[in-house]
Amino acid sequence: MTYSYYPGCTLRTKAKKLDTYARRSAEALGINLEEIEQWQCCGGVYPSVSDEIATRLSSVRTLAQAKKAGNELLTVCSACHNVLKRTNADIISDADFNFRANNYLELDERYNGETKVVHYIEMLRDAVGFDELKKKVVNPFKGKKIAAYYGCLLLRPGNVMQFDDPENPSIMEDLIRALGGEPVIYPFRNECCGGYITLEDKSLAQKRSNKVLASAQEKGADMVITACPLCMYNLVKNGTEHDLPVYYFTELLADALGVKQEGEGQDNE
Amino acid sequence: MNNEQLRDEIIRISGTNPSKCMKCGKCSGTCPAYEEMEYHPHQFVSMVQKGDIEPLLESKSIFKCLTCFACVERCPRSVEPGKLVEAVRLMLIRQKGANHFDAEDLPCLVDDDLPQQAVVSAFRKYSK
Repeated sequence: MTYSYYPGCTLRTKAKKLDTYARRSAEALGINLEEIEQWQCCGGVYPSVSDEIATRLSSVRTLAQAKKAGNELLTVCSACHNVLKRTNADIISDADFNFRANNYLELDERYNGETKVVHYIEMLRDAVGFDELKKKVVNPFKGKKIAAYYGCLLLRPGNVMQFDDPENPSIMEDLIRALGGEPVIYPFRNECCGGYITLEDKSLAQKRSNKVLASAQEKGADMVITACPLCMYNLVKNGTEHDLPVYYFTELLADALGVKQEGEGQDNE
Repeated sequence: MNNEQLRDEIIRISGTNPSKCMKCGKCSGTCPAYEEMEYHPHQFVSMVQKGDIEPLLESKSIFKCLTCFACVERCPRSVEPGKLVEAVRLMLIRQKGANHFDAEDLPCLVDDDLPQQAVVSAFRKYSK
């Protein structure tokens, strides 16, 4: 199976491990990732209001490129996934946005939402299958209590993202089970870490991140996994009251599949 | 603009309808920035409805929203108050010279681990 792959700005820089282990694990699973040529930043955050047109154009361009390649569009970063998937839904449901975006972009062919946007974890579930994945695990996380941190962007709004039940998700727990670990269910797994507010009000980001980590710790977690570089930053740098290790889910995946090289450190070290 | 025009403009920008609100308070109950806000999400809804936009434009509350979409997801009437907070913020920062965040502010806020995603998002939220 071949996907058009959209890494996004942060996976090329501060979250290289999220990207490297995603690529390496895909290769081990027989999934071919073709990086979109000259992709542009998604904007980092979905513009919630309906009259913002320009801020969604780069996403439409990316979606149109995947359509041209005839592939589904694969994302790893939660924020990219949220922006791209919601912009795609807007192109389908909002005729005014569709009209303006297409007029502005002047693509070879009008883009009408043909591309399917797939998150890496959805690909693991639907294209590989968690049962098949389990068979390929060589280093299971036996006895490890792992807390999945969904955050906001993979899940909400549920009617558009359709990633999982937005209030009681289970897909990341299923992934943890496939990797041989024991998932930890905790109340703050889908509550906000503070996001970009760390630049505006650091104490608010610290408060939020500490709440998430305290919640995971209280339920006995040995570690937390995330798909989002900004959640990673907040939990590690602003979660000042706790020292629970935080890993990208791709790092655990690569480790379990035996494609993480000996001595390779963690992002939060 | 008078209050009525301000209200209509916020409704136009946001694309949402505050008059559908049934005042259940779920938005404020679930808001992770509730304590930091002078005006809470449910108050944004009723104040926009009344055209009482000026105090919102002057309040720091519009910069406290985390865009976590909790109020958007959990609103039983699809009013989605986060969109109103966003619309008021945009009404302010779309004015000339009203950027809340400048590139010059950045160097002292950035550390070695801060992801680009945070910088891009902050510029999207606080500047035009």
